[in-house]
Amino acid sequence: MTSHNARKSNGDYRQLPIRHLPFYLLSVGLALLVWQMGVQWIADAPRRFLLPMPGEVLARFIELATNGTLVQHAGVTLLEMGLGLLTGTTLAVLLGYGVAHSKLLAYLLEPVIVTSQAVPIVALAPLLTVWFGPKLASKVVVCALIVFFPILVNVVAGLKGIDPRLRDLFRMLEAPWHKVLLNLEIPAALPAFLAGLRVSGTLAGMGAVVGEFVASTQGLGYLVKQGQNLYDLPMMFVAIITLMVIALTVYGLLTLVERRARRWNVQDMTTADGEEPA
Amino acid sequence: MTEPFLRIRNLSASFRGYLGDLSALDNVSFDVARGEFVCLIGPSGCGKSTLLRIAAGLLVPSRGEILLEGQALRSPQKRVGLVFQQPALLPWRTVRDNIALPLEMMKLSPADIQTQTADLLALVGLAGFEQEYPIHLSGGMAQRTALARALAQNPEVLLLDEPFGALDALTRERMAAELLHIWERDQRTVLMVTHSVEEAVLLADRVVVLSARPGHVVEIVEVTLPRPRSPALLTTPELQRLAGHLREALSGGNGDTSVS
Repeated sequence: MTSHNARKSNGDYRQLPIRHLPFYLLSVGLALLVWQMGVQWIADAPRRFLLPMPGEVLARFIELATNGTLVQHAGVTLLEMGLGLLTGTTLAVLLGYGVAHSKLLAYLLEPVIVTSQAVPIVALAPLLTVWFGPKLASKVVVCALIVFFPILVNVVAGLKGIDPRLRDLFRMLEAPWHKVLLNLEIPAALPAFLAGLRVSGTLAGMGAVVGEFVASTQGLGYLVKQGQNLYDLPMMFVAIITLMVIALTVYGLLTLVERRARRWNVQDMTTADGEEPA
Repeated sequence: MTEPFLRIRNLSASFRGYLGDLSALDNVSFDVARGEFVCLIGPSGCGKSTLLRIAAGLLVPSRGEILLEGQALRSPQKRVGLVFQQPALLPWRTVRDNIALPLEMMKLSPADIQTQTADLLALVGLAGFEQEYPIHLSGGMAQRTALARALAQNPEVLLLDEPFGALDALTRERMAAELLHIWERDQRTVLMVTHSVEEAVLLADRVVVLSARPGHVVEIVEVTLPRPRSPALLTTPELQRLAGHLREALSGGNGDTSVS
């Protein structure tokens, strides 16, 4: 038996999202219904503006989406997230490789990095805005700082968790460092790295919004602030929901990438286990 | 006398433990001729695996040295191949790609890699399983893959560290028979650690018996059984006599008769 015929059996994660989709939609739909009816029954007209009904939010959403406002602001936030993720990830991977390979570097950097995590990034954001200006750069830096730590921790753990016998194997093959990197370290640390990236991808959205709260003229965080100033609650909801959708999409995409990268790890109960070829 | 092919000379090794230094090997010396199959047996913790790790260049001895054609083995090198007790395969590579790894490191052309891996797959009886990932393999199949990978490196000395230790008895016997077959085909120098005296007698030209920790050579037993050999020999009085002798040597070395 080969591994191609038992994929439909129990424990096949690849079917989970699809099988769960109707329940997911049903659950979201019910929540919206409760929201709509709750507001209608409980709140009197003057207070309704505190919690707009789903219909109003949808109307505002369509309006903002069609006149280009939403696309423009979401685009700015996505750009900040992307650049921050790129910078933070690059830095974390390089430092992670260094820390995993050099005891000296680990001793020098680890205390600083761990201590720096005690600083709430939200408290740091105004300072970063002073340093890097109210434009794109400061948001990218906030994003990069938030993204950095989960990836660093995972990269170091992934590299240090490599089976020492596999390292011995490459030593015995007299493999140069770049072949070890390519054939052992990258594939071995990839799952851990991607798990870190999945966490960081959602954190990046938070970083961008925090940066935008401090000082900005565009972005979804700016829309939320603007909605607060103008008491335009439907717009606040639109911005918040868009941020949520972005976070879910990033998370989903990275989960898919992670699963593809771990194809070799598919447990399959009906394969050659125990049977010896003749 | 000419320089022996593989020479283990006054080898001692110790490790730093919580209670001071722990001596694993104590002044071990023996030679292995080119093309010879030598088995190392001894009680658990007598430093057999340590000796192999030193021979593989993965560990530096505290005293003495291992010489390959007169040259000390101080760092890992391609001339020496090692199979661990656990297969230690790359889980993200298929059986075929695991076997191809040493060939890739040697920068062979894809065509050469293809033919050589196909030969090796056939040799270890894994033809038809080349596209499987290690997670789908049984213990025996995984260890065949590891053996094929070590052979792909085409080492002059093959070190086997209890390669069948984690397998069930039946699989183990079949693997021993196949190893015998492979060795008789290309007569590569093999140094193998095992804890089965029967396996040692069946496979080896000579068996080196080590004492309990710190290991030193108790006796070196010449196995005079004619070749080619087969597992059918396992029940013969000749083999049983030698196995009995080894058991005695082992128990004399440490006062403990359990060797499995």
